[in-house]
Amino acid sequence: MSLGNRGYSLSRRRFLTSTAVGGLAVASGAIGMPYVARAATPVKVGIIHPVTGGVSYSGTQGRAGAMMAVDDINAAGGIKSLGGAKIDALLTDAQSKADVAASEIEKYNDAGVSAVVGGYASFICLATTQAAAKHGIPYVVDVGTDDRIVKAGLKNTFRFSPGYGVFVDTAVPTLDQINSAAGKPVKTAIIVHEDKAFGTGTAKLLQEKLPGIGVKVLDVIAHPTPNLDFNNIVLRIKAAKPDIVIPADYYNEYVLLARTMLQQKVRPKAIYSVLGGAASQYKFVHDFPEAAAYIMDCNHWYNPHKEAAQTLRKKTQAKGLYYTYEVFLNYEAVMLLADALERAASTDRAKIIDALASSEWSGHFMPYGPTKFVNGQNTGARAVNLQVQNNDIKVILPPEFANAKPIFPMPA
Amino acid sequence: MKSAVAIVVLLLVLIPVPWLVRSGFWLNFAVLSLYYGFLGQSWNILGGYGGQYSFGHAAFFGTGAYAGAVLQLRFGVNPWLALVLAGVAGGVVGAVVGGLSFRYGLRGSYFALITLAFAEVLRILADSLGFTGAGVGLQIPLHPAATNFQFAGKPGFYFTMLVLTALGFASVWYIEHSRFGARLMAVRDSEDAAHALGINVYRVKLAAIILSGVLMALGGVFYLQYFLYIDSDIAYGPAVSIAALLAPIVGGLGTMFGPLLGAVALQLLNEISESAIGSAPGLNLVLYGAVLVLIIAFLPEGIAGLMRLRLGPWRRRAA
Amino acid sequence: MVEAAIIVPAILNGLTTGAVYALVALGLTLIYGVLHIINFAHGALLMVALYGVYFLYALAGIDPYLALPVMVPAMFALGYVLQRYVIGRAGHGKDENVMLVTLGLSIVIENLALYLWSSDTRTIETAYGFSTVDLGVALIAVPKAIAFVGALTVTALLWAVMRWTDLGKAIRALARERRGAQLVGINVEHLYAMSFGIGIACLGAAACLLLPSYYASPHIGRAFVLIAFTIVVLGGMGSFVGALVGGLIIGVTESLGGLFFGESLGKIGVFIIFIVVLLFRPTGLFGQRA
Repeated sequence: MSLGNRGYSLSRRRFLTSTAVGGLAVASGAIGMPYVARAATPVKVGIIHPVTGGVSYSGTQGRAGAMMAVDDINAAGGIKSLGGAKIDALLTDAQSKADVAASEIEKYNDAGVSAVVGGYASFICLATTQAAAKHGIPYVVDVGTDDRIVKAGLKNTFRFSPGYGVFVDTAVPTLDQINSAAGKPVKTAIIVHEDKAFGTGTAKLLQEKLPGIGVKVLDVIAHPTPNLDFNNIVLRIKAAKPDIVIPADYYNEYVLLARTMLQQKVRPKAIYSVLGGAASQYKFVHDFPEAAAYIMDCNHWYNPHKEAAQTLRKKTQAKGLYYTYEVFLNYEAVMLLADALERAASTDRAKIIDALASSEWSGHFMPYGPTKFVNGQNTGARAVNLQVQNNDIKVILPPEFANAKPIFPMPA
Repeated sequence: MKSAVAIVVLLLVLIPVPWLVRSGFWLNFAVLSLYYGFLGQSWNILGGYGGQYSFGHAAFFGTGAYAGAVLQLRFGVNPWLALVLAGVAGGVVGAVVGGLSFRYGLRGSYFALITLAFAEVLRILADSLGFTGAGVGLQIPLHPAATNFQFAGKPGFYFTMLVLTALGFASVWYIEHSRFGARLMAVRDSEDAAHALGINVYRVKLAAIILSGVLMALGGVFYLQYFLYIDSDIAYGPAVSIAALLAPIVGGLGTMFGPLLGAVALQLLNEISESAIGSAPGLNLVLYGAVLVLIIAFLPEGIAGLMRLRLGPWRRRAA
Repeated sequence: MVEAAIIVPAILNGLTTGAVYALVALGLTLIYGVLHIINFAHGALLMVALYGVYFLYALAGIDPYLALPVMVPAMFALGYVLQRYVIGRAGHGKDENVMLVTLGLSIVIENLALYLWSSDTRTIETAYGFSTVDLGVALIAVPKAIAFVGALTVTALLWAVMRWTDLGKAIRALARERRGAQLVGINVEHLYAMSFGIGIACLGAAACLLLPSYYASPHIGRAFVLIAFTIVVLGGMGSFVGALVGGLIIGVTESLGGLFFGESLGKIGVFIIFIVVLLFRPTGLFGQRA
């Protein structure tokens, strides 16, 4: 079985030695070494992302965001309640495969990590949170929007950002709002979604709720990731002539869909995505401005009025990376963990889980309310509405975070 | 009776492993070695003893895994019972694949190709149909309990795998010592000669593929319970088909201990290459592929063939 | 529901895709026809060719179509060397062994690519990449139209080479009667390698025509392997015309399948055809040998 990873590698030797060191540390603790000597030990945190495979772009972005947080924390003096202990990030590659990711969690357990952050894709997180739960390892989900992740009753799992339920519950009323404000031009829709956990779940919820705002769902089209050819799908859209197209995809497929629609001259009144993989991506807007123009999205976003968010944006762009949601969500996930570590003042897994469960962390830059975990889900998390305007991504709703007004329907 | 003694001795030696091996990592190694050895043994029955090389053994594996999952999730069947039923399902698929392929006289490369096609058809179906979870796959909720075929620690899985391994050995022992087995090997050595001798070639091959299918399906359920998640790629993808044929070819086709030897060798190769080269995706598989080519080129009898020269009758390729 | 109006564009789409599949299958059918090898490494080699075209574009700015004169000989050389010094030697002439050797090669090549180039999908952006040809009843993407013409051209070229050149005649003689060919002084090993090389050279051409519409990634070969085999079996092993016709049929089947049954399930039509042909008519539409 492939157990590979890249970058800061997690080699066998390192695992075996770290296990030995871990054992020694425990032993020395039992004998009662002085607090100071023990506190110098870095806190081991597993950081796992699919940096290769079908969703590797997102995984790579996620890893970058997480590492920036680790670097910031360490530069600011580490975890103070643990005597300035630095965070020791153990990076692994989930290879866009659930079983590989689960194996990496086993390795993390052997290495004695205190917590794990990451996963990115829902189908990966479903496997990794379970594997971590078997060993009682606290797990902070970075993105993974499938709501089953936080409904599995796993005490160790915490998700700071919203699940697709929240996105649908935001997207549908706001669509209604935008639609009504323009005189209700939109009456029919087609949903295009990736066929794994996130896409299927999102599509199902949308199908249930759209009729309630007077939008009829003409068709729901699933496709695998990766998918090379969108011609047939676009043909079907062309024939059905929906008022809006609602994609729920990962980056590559979303781009291909948008471009194929442009190519085949399919122009609905709006493209309104829910968790659109490319819709709120600067890379997409930069690479294909014509295809991206006026696309609307209900997605993760930072609070544009918070300075910390803008600082991170500059830092990210300075590294030559686009400032995507994977970056800032992972950054915040690690920060959340750091806050919990401070309050737990311990590297003990159970204590960290308790600290996360009782978290009220407000030092974030997301457009969220106060942090509060209920069954692993942060109930303060919120979604916002975005639109690509003038080759930039603007927040159009809710008003308290908005920096532009919706342009709806799309100009012809 | 020498091989029977060898099997018993081997099993006795393997039993105390969980108490002797404390490292979680090495225990996992042991479990996976037995697991791959078992998958390889199932392939060995059809390929090594039967001479029919299947490139789509995932068809049976995936059926077992999905049967196990669907029975548990939708029908609330106890996982152990689901294991048995999944084995039956694997046998049925074996009967269908074998029934069609052998009935129409497919051999050699054509047989390999059609097994590949069957596996792919099943993969696409599993990826599209609702009751197999479509693209999302199926996840077994975490409820560790021995009665639930989920163990809190590794030893439980180790012993389950040991029992399955014993089952695999028993099957091969039966082939090496029965008339059915003699017929099967005659078919392998020369189908036309076997036919001339009055052997019902079709029935013999069919029986072999059914047996192989049953065992492979059991392996699929084990995977399901160990990792608690399957999707169409995991269940019916080429990775499993390749893993199943690699171990016996490396260890020794048509020998009883070949698959296990091959599995251990490949796992060790995997670990050594990761420590030496460092972990990078793909490199260990490059090594596997290279080993496969080298073994075919220079060691057609596999590791067991090498050992035969030293250990004589203990590792003899039967008949 | 599916309307009649989109069936025609779907069929046209399928024809262009099918033509490209045919290109991939041409090499495979030649290799089988002459060497009786089921080349499991065909998909992996196509993948290597795709990366070749990609890097020529990404690093040297060479347009994929202009890369043809580079890729075709390069892939030919690769194929020649592989057959002469690896497959031919390791296989010991036995069918099953050769099959396993090509399988092993495919594993090596695929994962080497994974290691060297990671599994990120690599796409290229050409100026004409998203332009379309307006056929009135449908809009066909320009790269696909070019690929269609390219496939027909290559098929014709191959056929001509086999028919009228000395090399082609020698290869055909070898395919029919190995002993006899040896007796008249034909260097069998060299010729086998030449045949294999030509088959792989077709992949070089296919890659140049494919990349503008698809992408390169280490595992992309897998999807093509099974489709190529289906086409070869459907068209008849060893028949070029069969590969072309088979390719078109499969392309249309896949396209219509995707239209009616969805992108995932739609692909099943191809494999069902494969199984049915293997069982009931293994010689295929145009093939001669059983």
